[in-house]
Amino acid sequence: MTALSGELGAYLALVLVGFLPNEVWRWLAVIFSRGLDEDAEILIWVRAVATAILAGVIAKLTIFSPGVLATIPTSLRLGAVIVGVIGFVLFRRSVFAGVLAGEGALIAGALAFGQ
Amino acid sequence: MSVAEPTQDQPVSTLAAFRAGFNATWTSAFTYVLLGNYVGIGAISHDFGFSIVWTLVATVLVWAGPAQVILVSTLGAGASLFEVALAVGLSGVRLLPMVVSMLPMLKGPGVRSWKLVLPAHFTAVSIWVEALRLLPAVPREGRIAFINGLGSGYTVCASAATLAGYYLAAKMPLLISAALLFLTPLAFLMSTLRNARMLVDRVALGFGLVLGPLFAYCQIGLDLMWSGIAAGTAAYAVHRVREALR
Repeated sequence: MTALSGELGAYLALVLVGFLPNEVWRWLAVIFSRGLDEDAEILIWVRAVATAILAGVIAKLTIFSPGVLATIPTSLRLGAVIVGVIGFVLFRRSVFAGVLAGEGALIAGALAFGQ
Repeated sequence: MSVAEPTQDQPVSTLAAFRAGFNATWTSAFTYVLLGNYVGIGAISHDFGFSIVWTLVATVLVWAGPAQVILVSTLGAGASLFEVALAVGLSGVRLLPMVVSMLPMLKGPGVRSWKLVLPAHFTAVSIWVEALRLLPAVPREGRIAFINGLGSGYTVCASAATLAGYYLAAKMPLLISAALLFLTPLAFLMSTLRNARMLVDRVALGFGLVLGPLFAYCQIGLDLMWSGIAAGTAAYAVHRVREALR
């Protein structure tokens, strides 16, 4: 923060390096999707790529965790994800149950192994 | 988990569709995940010394969890503006295929492109996942308003959570902060699992889970984009082969 001079500088930075580099992908998508039909074959591929990128984000956040999440051992994070998936499957594919099971496993594990 | 109110045959007003979308926020499991997530984001924003107003404006403008975490932590750590823009821009690539695959569901005949700019802004993982689930039950002419309503509802929730996290930051134990950050991968995974009805989506998820960290480990530049294209294309190939064999 100290590198930026004043309040105005902080907001300018937010727009220039926070908002625009992220938002530009959404604007590009509006242009690219012109004339595309809902049943267009290429959308199956596009959705597969979107799903795969998302899967990459999930795996990277779990394995190479940022910030304080890195203080929890990798094996515990992976274990908690597996417990979450089991919870999801057991409770009629409920997202909520899966998230709850995974979080429960993470917290219980961290407490048990003396965090 | 209730489905949006309007039914297939009755035409809806824009306002009614907007309200149906806004109300769908409260019945979505994602809202609670979003709350936890943005409490975490508000907390790190506080820890890096950003003002509360700046933090709230960032939540509304950036509207993508990972990008905001990157923005706050790199900018707060004193990285150069160019580095920050690059890191944020790379994390945003995933939005492109998401928005491209969602917008055709919103468009009716003669819909102008500028009307899609706001729904495109609202598109992040949460909206994308919920749109694929809820939109088929919404009449086409009401879909843009529905998404704008859903997006507004999520934004209100996320802003409230950012505010709460910002002021709770100092009192939050380390384990709770870690657990809040852990919500992101868990919720993304569960909702993608639930949405993956077609074989091609399941295969893409499986391949992506393996290739993503592999490409990152090998330090391939733009690792997420390349692993996504590789895994997605491989999944599509599996889909085509299976269709051909039918």
